[in-house]
Amino acid sequence: MLTRIVNMDRRYVFILVALAVIIPMLFSVSLPVSISEPTQNLYDYIENLPSGSTIMLAFDYGPSSLAELNPMARALLIQCFRKDVKVIALTLITDGTTLASTLIKEVAQEANAVDGEDYVFLGFRPGATQVILGMGTEIAGVFETDLSGRPLSEIPMMKNIVNYEQIDLLVDLASSATPEAWIIYANVQYNLKIGAGVTGVMISQMFPYLQTGQLVGLMSGILGAAEYENLVGVPAKGMQWINVESFVHLLIVLLVVIGNIAYFIHRSREET
Amino acid sequence: MQIFGIWVAAFLTLCIYSFLYKDNPLYRFAEHLFVGISVGYGIVLSIHQGFLPLAWKPFWEAITLQDPSGFWVIIPIAFGLLFFARLSPRHTWLIRYPIAILIGYGSGIAIPNVLRADIFEQTRGTLIPFGRIARETIAANGDILPPITSWDIFGAILMVLGVVCTLTYFFFSVEHRGPIKGLSKVGIAFLMIGFGSAFGNTVMGRVALLIQRMDFLMFDWIASIGTIFSSIF
Repeated sequence: MLTRIVNMDRRYVFILVALAVIIPMLFSVSLPVSISEPTQNLYDYIENLPSGSTIMLAFDYGPSSLAELNPMARALLIQCFRKDVKVIALTLITDGTTLASTLIKEVAQEANAVDGEDYVFLGFRPGATQVILGMGTEIAGVFETDLSGRPLSEIPMMKNIVNYEQIDLLVDLASSATPEAWIIYANVQYNLKIGAGVTGVMISQMFPYLQTGQLVGLMSGILGAAEYENLVGVPAKGMQWINVESFVHLLIVLLVVIGNIAYFIHRSREET
Repeated sequence: MQIFGIWVAAFLTLCIYSFLYKDNPLYRFAEHLFVGISVGYGIVLSIHQGFLPLAWKPFWEAITLQDPSGFWVIIPIAFGLLFFARLSPRHTWLIRYPIAILIGYGSGIAIPNVLRADIFEQTRGTLIPFGRIARETIAANGDILPPITSWDIFGAILMVLGVVCTLTYFFFSVEHRGPIKGLSKVGIAFLMIGFGSAFGNTVMGRVALLIQRMDFLMFDWIASIGTIFSSIF
């Protein structure tokens, strides 16, 4: 039995993980989600902004991170549109353009937000560092037009916005090192307040910035998305998926424990 | 059309997951298709959103005398074009100039900002809890800040210990013997905890990707089968 466990074909593990995803998904299991302090801080920061404030939302992720970051983006946009906080969206990576454009239009339609008055999508420009630094001097110097080709000077909500001085917060939804670039160049150089939503892989990298106050708040992976949906009061994919995720985590912990016990017993038997 | 898109996405998802059984031509087809489309999409977008508005448009406006200030763009464009000197063995040395500009510009911009963001701020962050403890001890009323708990003091000491021990592990100018060895071993323990945390978070991220794909297959793709059947019958 022990030998079988130690030498088990990894494909059985794949089947078990697939079942741990499918079964809770079919039965719509619901587990409580408590709110972590970094997520609460980001939510509170936006919630405390006066009506008519402007935030920048950087969609710095591609399809491979859509699962974790799209629910965050959706919840953030809902909160901003509900609070009448203007959103300037942009992306520093090519893959983010279509994703962001589609999601913003979808949420804006649900929230009756108007393009050019409540939000604007600037699109993509190559050269992340130069883009961040350039917008500190003049946003229109880097993005002369929005994605659809309208000059920024003709967009009503951009009338009084020149550079970061008119921006109350930047939230970077990222699957790579872009939050660090925003902190290093926009926060240090221009004192722009930064918040972030990152994939699970990057959470540990971001915590030092949180502790020093260089990040006002942080959403961490799919858990952060679920927490934010909970705070905004619009449970969606994040809440659904975090419940399923809990079952998979339980299975992984169980497999790690069984695997280690079997391995150590097997090894001690072989030694004797 | 939307249903067609769903079916293409479902087919490619299944092709990729077929690798879990073993490597096969369907997996390789989907992998190559993904790489090709990503590169093509990236190039087209970089031209449309980067080259055309930032280089070509001002250049064209300059040569057609609509906006003569655009002539300034010729200088960076010329330096950028020198990257292609690599293609000619006789002129390959010219590539040094754009590389030198990039390195010089990049370092000049990055060094002071990185020092401030990653060294000075992080050092301050390591010591902030001690400052707060000292201030609380002097004020001793807890009116403004919540009172310091023994857990806060423990956390502050642990953080400094972690920073010192981990840095000691990476300090190679002295042989790791005696107390230095002890400190660096504690540093290794801190590093291991850090790696464990990073791995746990990575698992969370990867599982989320699987869940999203399963959600798509179960609720979008299978639902589309129902739509197709209902439209036929």
